[in-house]
Amino acid sequence: MAAINRDDVAHLARLAHIEMSAQELDRMAGELAVIVDSVKSVSEAAGDDVPATSHPIPLSNVFREDVVGHTFTAEQALSGAPDSLEFRFKVPAILDEA
Amino acid sequence: MNTDAILSFEEAMEKYDPVLGFEVHVELNTKTKMFSSAPNVFGDEPNTNVNEVDLGMPGVLPVVNKAAIESSIKIGLALNCKIAESCRFARKNYFYPDTPKNFQTSQYDEPIAYDGYLDIELSDGTVFRVEIERAHMEEDAGKLTHMGGATGRIQGADFSLVDYNRAGVPLVEIVTKPIEGAGSRAPELAKAYVAAVREIVKNLGVSDAKMERGNVRCDANVSLRPHGRERFGIRSETKNVNSLRAVEHAVRYEIQRHAAVLDSGEPVIQETRHWHEDTRTTTSGRAKSDADDYRYFPEPDLVPVVPSREWVEELRATLPEPPAARRKRLQADWGYSDLEFRDVVNAGVMDEIEETIAAGASASVARKWWMGEIVGRAKNADVDPGQLGVQPATIVELARMVEEGKINNKMASEVLDGVLAGEGTPADIVEKRGLAVVSDDGPLLEAIDAALAAQPDVADKIRGGKVQAIGAIVGGVMKATRGQADAARVRELILEKLGVTV
Repeated sequence: MAAINRDDVAHLARLAHIEMSAQELDRMAGELAVIVDSVKSVSEAAGDDVPATSHPIPLSNVFREDVVGHTFTAEQALSGAPDSLEFRFKVPAILDEA
Repeated sequence: MNTDAILSFEEAMEKYDPVLGFEVHVELNTKTKMFSSAPNVFGDEPNTNVNEVDLGMPGVLPVVNKAAIESSIKIGLALNCKIAESCRFARKNYFYPDTPKNFQTSQYDEPIAYDGYLDIELSDGTVFRVEIERAHMEEDAGKLTHMGGATGRIQGADFSLVDYNRAGVPLVEIVTKPIEGAGSRAPELAKAYVAAVREIVKNLGVSDAKMERGNVRCDANVSLRPHGRERFGIRSETKNVNSLRAVEHAVRYEIQRHAAVLDSGEPVIQETRHWHEDTRTTTSGRAKSDADDYRYFPEPDLVPVVPSREWVEELRATLPEPPAARRKRLQADWGYSDLEFRDVVNAGVMDEIEETIAAGASASVARKWWMGEIVGRAKNADVDPGQLGVQPATIVELARMVEEGKINNKMASEVLDGVLAGEGTPADIVEKRGLAVVSDDGPLLEAIDAALAAQPDVADKIRGGKVQAIGAIVGGVMKATRGQADAARVRELILEKLGVTV
């Protein structure tokens, strides 16, 4: 059983800016441990001859030529913004998180 | 606002040994961004160089800019790095409004370039090797402007405005290994290292390399340890030190501040510091904490970059001569002394002199004009010498006219003023201003007679063999001809007249 305790979940929730109740933290700690164990079972199927990979498709070097394409106008860019000023997104002042 | 105690630099050096480390971010000058085809242009209207990828809209897919990969490989090669056989991108997760996706696409465990070095020459010629840990690719963030509050700084701001034009601009982050053994030269080395990186990326043509525009940005890590101890002290990281002078000052200040903290018996806090150019001090940012838990993971939307060895070698073949090697070669070619050459480099006219020599001037003539005439004018106009727009051909023509005796040096300087004022070519100006060395000996002989008659005692001295006294007579003639005489010819004629042979 993977060791994922309640504190780990609370830490992750804080990093991800997700508010979770005490009850949710308890439940998630148990569920996450099961999920991690399930994923782990994949490594039992893969032999030593199967290298670890982060991408399932054997593809590499997908590039774009350095040619300018389309852009938005400032109005278009800001059309979904909750608030804007002087053609810029307006956001609450955010201090460095101490 | 800053109450940190500091020790004198000398005392800090007596007690402690500094260890440095640098992260230098270089903005590439590709036409488009790292993962989108929006233009990479500085200074445009806000939020006009963006598309759906830069704004992190749902469902969009990034595509890697091939030119950015090539530039990154070139930087890696110029830093004597190994180029990865295969590397990948990773997501660096954090919440801050400069990053609309809530993650920065970067590289983590597999940088494109690693294990390099750069030999840094200090002002006295000492060479110091800085080991490069890695150079990895990533994207720049948007630009935040903090509004309201008293200072325009983030503290006390009411809200912030975000321009995403810079979001997604390709960056290469160059990370050094810990730099030990610099001792009291640490501040100088810091400046020289950043200057060398800047020079390299400029020379490669992969970045505009303007620090004042943020094309090259430096984060400086400093820690101290007592002399003789191997284990490093706790470091601080001073962010965004954005001029070469500031790099030197920031490292010096942090050494002094750390020393005072250690002297007081307290531990140094591992934290981010902000550099303030106005007070030349740093202030505390945030302590390293959970906020630095970026939960990196491989970017699933981008496939690995696998630079073939053929491609790497092709790129290596295009690399220009490294700046340090070029300087050595030019100094030898031109025959300048160390001092003369250093002055030329410091005045920023090495390229200009090279072009002037290529246009046909001798090395000494090129130096005389650039260092003796143009650098001073540039200083008065408060611009770089190259910005005055003096063409190499102009200098070659002026030098030729002097050599042929058409004009003298004083007139040539006047003609240069005319060229800079847009009055035309040197020949035009000589013509228009009626500048010409008086070459007809008739008027010269009259002036010489007058000068000799005015100073008979000097004339006697010269007759008596004291040829060095001739300056007074030549001076008189030059004055009488309002500087238009050819001084060498005047000298000849005087000696002839007095029957003196030398």
